[in-house]
Amino acid sequence: MRNGLLIDYEFCTGCQSCEVACQKEHGFEAGTWGIRVLDEGPWEVDAKTMNWNKIPTPTTLCDLCAERTEKGKLPSCVHHCLAAVMKYGPIDELVKEMDKKPNQVMFVPGPYICK
Amino acid sequence: MKLFKGQGTADLGKPWRYEEDGLTVTRGCAWSPPGCHPVGCGIKTYVNSAGELVRIEGDENHPVTGGRLCVRCLTMRDYVYNPDRVLYPMKRAREDRGKNRWERITWDEAFDTIAEKVAYYKENYGAESILMQGGTGREGGPMLPAYAQAALGTPNASQPLSGYSCYIPRVAGTTYVTGVAYPEMDYAGGLPGRYDDPEFTLPELIVFWGKDPLPTNGDGLFGHAAIDMMRRGSKLMSIDPRVNWVSTRADWHLRLRPGTDAALGMAMLNVIISEDLYDHDFVDKWCYGFEQLAERVKEMPPQKAAEITGVDAGFIREAARVYAAAKPAQIAWGLAIDMKSNGMQAGHCILALEAITGNLDVPGGQLVGDVNDGLELGFGWNELGPELQGKILGLKRYPAMVSFVLNAHCDMVLDTLETGEPCQFKMAGFEDCNGLAGTDCAQPQRWHDAYQNLEWCFGIDVWLTPTIQATCELFLPLSSTVEHDSVVYSHYGASPITMGAINKSITVGEGKGDAEIMYEIGRRCMPINFGRFANFYEFLEYYRLNGKTTFEELREEVVHQKTETLSYRKYETGKLRPDGMPGFNTPTGRVELYSTMFRQFGVDPLPFYEEPQLSPVSTPEKMEEYPFVLTTGARTYCYFHSEGKQIPYLREINPDPLIEINPKDALKLGVSDGQWVRVSNPFGSCVLKAKVTQTVYPGLVMAQHGFWFPEQDGEEPHLYDVWRSNINLLMPHFYVGELGFGAPYKCLICKVEPIEESYDTDMQAIWNRYSQLVVPE
Ligand code: SF4
Ligand code: SF4
Ligand code: SF4
Repeated sequence: MRNGLLIDYEFCTGCQSCEVACQKEHGFEAGTWGIRVLDEGPWEVDAKTMNWNKIPTPTTLCDLCAERTEKGKLPSCVHHCLAAVMKYGPIDELVKEMDKKPNQVMFVPGPYICK
Repeated sequence: MKLFKGQGTADLGKPWRYEEDGLTVTRGCAWSPPGCHPVGCGIKTYVNSAGELVRIEGDENHPVTGGRLCVRCLTMRDYVYNPDRVLYPMKRAREDRGKNRWERITWDEAFDTIAEKVAYYKENYGAESILMQGGTGREGGPMLPAYAQAALGTPNASQPLSGYSCYIPRVAGTTYVTGVAYPEMDYAGGLPGRYDDPEFTLPELIVFWGKDPLPTNGDGLFGHAAIDMMRRGSKLMSIDPRVNWVSTRADWHLRLRPGTDAALGMAMLNVIISEDLYDHDFVDKWCYGFEQLAERVKEMPPQKAAEITGVDAGFIREAARVYAAAKPAQIAWGLAIDMKSNGMQAGHCILALEAITGNLDVPGGQLVGDVNDGLELGFGWNELGPELQGKILGLKRYPAMVSFVLNAHCDMVLDTLETGEPCQFKMAGFEDCNGLAGTDCAQPQRWHDAYQNLEWCFGIDVWLTPTIQATCELFLPLSSTVEHDSVVYSHYGASPITMGAINKSITVGEGKGDAEIMYEIGRRCMPINFGRFANFYEFLEYYRLNGKTTFEELREEVVHQKTETLSYRKYETGKLRPDGMPGFNTPTGRVELYSTMFRQFGVDPLPFYEEPQLSPVSTPEKMEEYPFVLTTGARTYCYFHSEGKQIPYLREINPDPLIEINPKDALKLGVSDGQWVRVSNPFGSCVLKAKVTQTVYPGLVMAQHGFWFPEQDGEEPHLYDVWRSNINLLMPHFYVGELGFGAPYKCLICKVEPIEESYDTDMQAIWNRYSQLVVPE
């Protein structure tokens, strides 16, 4: 069973701790990321409603923190997430979690090459 | 396999120090530097056998943060080993002020020089000729009066922020009206079972009023606790002109015009009182002046407030009803309330709302401190004696501020520096204070020039800031939060939440912590206050732990939840008054909706509304030239005021100082997203980079604060380009309220013009320079 990341973007605050935790965990240079927070908004839906979502998206460099998880630690992004909206685990478990509430997104990063 | 959520469990129950994979792991709580408010987030540092910090992680054992960390602590390694950091005491000659002609010296020479200078100026000009300038947030922030009064022996401490418009107006206002320091929103931080503790009640409603506590945890409130509670079912109301992310998750967002909070507060009181939605029992037993307040707020029906604030009258009514009906409800009110000349009155309205709805000192409402959980206020003040006490600047003119916070009046300090009246400042110290960099000083170039009238200055910081470059003859290097032992008390100790050990795990150069530097200076200059401590730890235990526990005990516990002083409805149990009687610690023993203290100070005892001094209503004639309402200083995750620009991972998040402008306005002005613009008003001008966004409504712009460019030339006249994008150049001097509090940092006017030049930061150059960490052998 593959592992994945489940993120509740209804409550992701866009703090970018996941980005930086990942950079520091892997020793990435500035300008290089294993996950990026996409800024989807703000834009006015109507006079009373603003749409604004922060959606963390793993990049080609995400290895799901293989080194850490081997030792029984959480991926660094999940560990440090200020809003505690990230979960890590096998995808069947994550799918069950997904069913419990809307506005979540699951990523199943694996090694691939972007050219 | 198990599903892992949240912050991990791998290290639960570990001792304060342990070994892992050949590294020594130290658990501790963080404060500063890097700049931060005292949340005391739990950290684990991983140090190799050579003493090098190789990694930092959040400590899942921490009852409030549970392993979570913001980007500022996550980049601690880039901070502590930063090539720009200054690691040794240095001096330069008076004529070399503003030049990079520093010479390394020893700590002994540094401390002895300070002691000599202090003795000299006391002898020749009187102790009051010595001025201590302090900054905010960092550990040295709340130590400012003690630095001046206990350690140097001068009454004149001051943060150079016009009207001391940050936190202090709130704390003073609440103290005068309720007898307790600012009542924080309750997020069960001091309860062992946290949100599930039987003592706690989840708030039905959280109100963020002029406060966005998520990015920088203002005042030590762990802002993401609100997210925890919202996920458990709490609703959010946001009162803020601007859209921030969290306001999009609010069920009610009242986008009032900047600076009109008191009108909104009065109208909400009007609705709650006229519709009889208040808590009669609490009002009868514990409030004073309800009738007068009711009479006063009749003057502000929702329709009138709607005209002033721009918020629909029906929506104001709805907000008032929702707030009154929610049990419990909590309000986190912030800096935006302080940054206005009648912020005290807005604060008074908010306190009245909290009181008459019965939300003060109840679980899930407003958290109030126990009177027996003493703070460090006033250390060294009595020892000054009446003559010197009388020489604190502004005591006669602004007693409500000066005698309360034991600070010289900020704006009067500038006038005095310029004119030499009523006293002459000859020497100054700058601790954790980068006031020139668009953080505090209104009219910073005036301050810069006025500081040149000082004969001799010393500065305490991690960096050679523009403020220190421009003013100091002596530099004392500050150590970061992982390099010294100290104590962090959440919310400055004002609320029963946590007390944490700042546990030293590495040594970098010769930096020392704020508390130790104050101790060393005090020992030499004021033995009357410091002679009784055999060493720094004895001082620390007196100053931060009230002698209740030893540092060694706290170090091993790492973080202590203050369950022993946490209780609710203390007005019933006598724990709010030093005499142990029930009631509040005010002259009437009640929450003073009609403030006898305000009356004593000669100002209106009841809330009232006042227009910002510059606004479409006050100065319509200026609006043709300056058509925008300007608000400043929205918080970001990556920076703490002027701090963090040397950390490449932080800089890339926000490389350049931004001004948010609505797409409609941008189109009209011909400004495109990312284009640089000149922002000006009658007081000054600077350049910022436009961010075209709907976070601001048409006619409103928001400018970032606290920018300097450490990669640029630090010598005079450049000072790291500190004048280029300095929004405080547009801030007028001495536009404060009657009691001396509050200035319009968040409610000004300006014009915006596109320019051709680009000042974009070269991130490659930032990386090339600041990735060269200097790791000690
Ligand atoms: S799982 Fe690890 S590698 Fe992937 S984004 Fe998170 S921190 Fe980066
Ligand atoms: S750390 Fe968590 S809350 Fe912060 S941006 Fe990433 S997913 Fe969102
Ligand atoms: S809030 Fe302060 S102590 Fe907490 S992680 Fe951020 S910088 Fe560190």
